Amino acid sequence: MSSYYEDSARGRLDGLLDPGSLIEILPPTERMVSPHLRQLDTPAAFDDGIVVGEGRLDGRRVLVAAQEGGFMGGAVGEVHGAKLTGLMERALDTRPDGVLLLVESGGVRLHEANAGLIAVSEVMRAVLAVRAAGIPVIVLDGGTFGCFGGMGIVARLCDAVVMSEEGRLGLSGPEVIETTMGVEEFDSRDRALVWRTVGGKHRYLLGEAATLVEDDVAAFRAAALALLEQTPDLSLAALDAEHAALGSRLERFGDCRDALDIWEKLGVEEPEKLPILDTAGFLATVRDRRA
Amino acid sequence: MDVKNLLNRLFPDGHDIAFDGVYFDGSGRVYGAEVAVIGTIDNTPIGIELAFRMAGAVLEVVRRHPGRPILLLVDTQGQRLSHRDELLGINGYMAHLAKCIDLARRNGHRVLGLVYGQAVSGGFLATSLLADRCYALPDAEIRVMNLPAMARVTKIPLERLTELSASSPVFAPGVENYRRMGAIAGLWDGDLATCLAEALAAPVEGDPRRELGEERGGRLLARKVAERVRRDAV
Repeated sequence: MSSYYEDSARGRLDGLLDPGSLIEILPPTERMVSPHLRQLDTPAAFDDGIVVGEGRLDGRRVLVAAQEGGFMGGAVGEVHGAKLTGLMERALDTRPDGVLLLVESGGVRLHEANAGLIAVSEVMRAVLAVRAAGIPVIVLDGGTFGCFGGMGIVARLCDAVVMSEEGRLGLSGPEVIETTMGVEEFDSRDRALVWRTVGGKHRYLLGEAATLVEDDVAAFRAAALALLEQTPDLSLAALDAEHAALGSRLERFGDCRDALDIWEKLGVEEPEKLPILDTAGFLATVRDRRA
Repeated sequence: MDVKNLLNRLFPDGHDIAFDGVYFDGSGRVYGAEVAVIGTIDNTPIGIELAFRMAGAVLEVVRRHPGRPILLLVDTQGQRLSHRDELLGINGYMAHLAKCIDLARRNGHRVLGLVYGQAVSGGFLATSLLADRCYALPDAEIRVMNLPAMARVTKIPLERLTELSASSPVFAPGVENYRRMGAIAGLWDGDLATCLAEALAAPVEGDPRRELGEERGGRLLARKVAERVRRDAV
């Protein structure tokens, strides 16, 4: 087993794609750095914290992007975001079998906040254009920093999200909520609370993640490959169905105050035991229990 | 600007817009065109219920009024910051709203945004930033974070951020900064009905914000970088 959580963006891509198949576009040798960080005397990265390129997944042609949490938590700035948008547009031109987004990001990079926010909205439109063109976009979320802020929205614009238990997915991170609203609202140091609110198991039970895998690069690879078969559907009928599902989530769980309440309503026996189960045991326990 | 005053100025030919708490929707008439309106007041935080409701309103316009333009008048201090919204997957509700707006666009609805109060972070991302074109009133406020909070988080002295924001549009809140970076197509002042009618008639093609940002000198790399990733041979 090779931990996806502990790996770097490049390491994840190496393990995910067919050996030697990754061709990076605008690699670090191009030194396409953020012009705004320099102004703030903040260290830059030669790839601005994201790897984009082409590769093969079991022979299938894919475009890939991998955010590097080790650089500013994978946060999106002008260059970082433009690389993502450009990759989506490349997909429109070259029509690969799919696009894989290895997300790991706290959202907008505050050092260049306005540029980052606009960039994320450009990524959002570009992702939807790729899907509308019939090309599936698959998200892999199992990195150290999770996937929050604007990237949390981007992830749910895609065809499917693959998560590990260690992956996290949300909009406002627990620290942001605690800092702004107080520790009574969200205690970000209560690790158990954080994991059962934004972690992979809960996201899988809610239906926000399509697949839950072990923290293993090979498991992510197999899940991504299976999801490439998806045909994107952004029709009115599909969005009506999504609307109904989100409405029913509000109705069923709107008054729940903790993930445990939701899991109980889903009919999970002994919901308090879910956090300690390994992935296989968890999947066996919650079979037919997802929202 | 008070929203009732705003609506009267946008729609001198009349409107049927109904308010329910911080939310409103309906339609207005401007120079003979019927325009669907969806919006919020009071700098309201956008939580899952509101995102869901706006998405439903967009779907309703697509279903019942094919092709009718949509004007988003969303006044928000950002996404609602709460444990419960995260528990229920607020990012999924925001994404759903964005998908509905994009669906309207693809089905031939002109989608315009007008920032008349505040537009902040996630609440802005899932609404007006997804419009074909987003405009603003000159006294509106757009931001991710104010400078003192940004100084705390980035650990860069406030004085330095303030000094840099005099020349760079990248850090500080402000409609003009977002205009220079291409996200705000233009400012509406004076005769708002004419501004709206002109925006409804202007051609829209794709997402022009990177080009605009480059032309206006506020965002010099986004277009170049995206273009290279799109076209570079490998």
